[in-house]
Amino acid sequence: MRRSSRSTILGIVVSHHGLEGYGLTLSREQVRHVAMLARLGLEAGEEEFYADQLSGILGHIDRLRELDTEAVAPTAQAVPLEHRMREDEPRPCLDRERVMANAPEARDGFFVVKAIQEAEP
Amino acid sequence: MGAFLRLTEDLARAQAAEADRRLAAGDGGPLTGIPVAIKDVLCVEGVETTAGSRILAGFRPPYDATAVARLRQAGAVFVGMTNCDEFAMGSSTENSGYQLTRNPHDPGRVPGGSSGGSAAAVAAGEVVAALGTDTGGSIRQPAALCGVVGVKPTYGRVSRYGLIAFASSLDQVGPFARGVRDAAIVLQAIAGFDPKDATSADRPVDLLAELEAGVEGLRLGVPHQYVEVQGMEPGVKAAVDRALLELEGAGAELVEVSLPHTDYGLAAYYIIAPAECSSNLARYDSVRFGYRAEDADTLLDTYLRTRRQGFGPEVRRRIMLGTYALSAGYYDAYYLKAQKVRTLIADDFARAFQRCDAIVSATSPTVAFPIGSRTQDPLAMYLCDVLTLGANLAGLPGVSVPCGTSQGLPVGLQVLAPQWADAMALRVARAYEVVRGG
Repeated sequence: MRRSSRSTILGIVVSHHGLEGYGLTLSREQVRHVAMLARLGLEAGEEEFYADQLSGILGHIDRLRELDTEAVAPTAQAVPLEHRMREDEPRPCLDRERVMANAPEARDGFFVVKAIQEAEP
Repeated sequence: MGAFLRLTEDLARAQAAEADRRLAAGDGGPLTGIPVAIKDVLCVEGVETTAGSRILAGFRPPYDATAVARLRQAGAVFVGMTNCDEFAMGSSTENSGYQLTRNPHDPGRVPGGSSGGSAAAVAAGEVVAALGTDTGGSIRQPAALCGVVGVKPTYGRVSRYGLIAFASSLDQVGPFARGVRDAAIVLQAIAGFDPKDATSADRPVDLLAELEAGVEGLRLGVPHQYVEVQGMEPGVKAAVDRALLELEGAGAELVEVSLPHTDYGLAAYYIIAPAECSSNLARYDSVRFGYRAEDADTLLDTYLRTRRQGFGPEVRRRIMLGTYALSAGYYDAYYLKAQKVRTLIADDFARAFQRCDAIVSATSPTVAFPIGSRTQDPLAMYLCDVLTLGANLAGLPGVSVPCGTSQGLPVGLQVLAPQWADAMALRVARAYEVVRGG
């Protein structure tokens, strides 16, 4: 069975060519968008590199479409679990100074970061 | 061999002295004074722990992982932190941000991964046992490629507290050792309920009582999909076929079982694991710990530069893949779909275990491959895990035990058992060792 379709998601055209894989290709614009969502800076030339590699992997992953899963419940994790409650009792926690010791920059018990907004001109 | 990223010599001397005192006082246990190695993804209090990543260079955890704390209490001696693929993402340890690890059986070949340093350290006799973690095969596959025993317990058997998370619904901590009994002793020590991990199971752990019970009368399932899997080397198949005949000779009944969704496991795994990783690795923001890029003007720029400079290519690839799969418009098509296929795969195993006590197969379709031979092709690397990742998706325990050689390199026999039947997987693996004269 082979299908061919095009859909527009986030204003980006995605083509799906059947089930043999390598049909779904990511555009450079899409790679840029995903990298920004993940807060991953890209180096020059990497958009194309990731577009190629992710398209290849997604081509393989596309085979999941062959399976009819309409009536199947999703599994988030495989071992049945129940929520457990514990007594709400005060307990010692990690020592603040030892935790802060791993921070790239700390002052007076606070983490120091760059300005969130750019400085006024 | 490059198995260790760093040695903890002072700690080891102090622990050895303490072990001497305990043993002299008659207060020792089976692990007192035993040299062990810890995969660099498990927090050891005060010891630099980096997950093989530049982004965690210099990080000294203020606490022990539970598995580490339990080994410490048992009197083990910590020799050092072992190399691994960055954030445990890989099958050859070549994705480490620091160094290569070589296979003790052939220094031109990889040790497998991601726990390649732990496997190589045990195989080379540098330690008696080591801890690793297994998200898609990262204990069993390097154990197979290095010719040692590796155990991935049932999900929830060992606490994940203090394990630097990769994919939280798949990660489990487990041991490496030269033999099944040693591995079982280490697992017995680290397993059991821990209130600090909400997925840790409050169940009894008894891994040693039935260890020597043999396979007489047991039914061992052989899934034809695992025998015919893509990329299976003839020499690996031949070694596993011999092992199956030897187990049959020891009184086991071999039954054919079917895992019909095997072909879809890799695709489901490479949505679920990257999706979870993209979420877990969001914490590396250079605020509370880890590397920070110094050349940024704003906080956003700090994030972008830190994560560009701090993460290696495979980690970045998986974060991109997972972020894409979880992003608006794709969630149903990829992540939800993969979770449904995960159900089908778990159901396959449940049906198969109605007909058998354990499932036996090769651990890896190939022997150790040459360094550099798969690094340019992510899919070829991912195929290393095709026989192991099903157990992670289904939460099952699995053991890899050495079963001869192909091309002069070790082959691993994988034994899978139903959830919580870790003792059964160990028993079958031990029975095979006995048949082989171990």
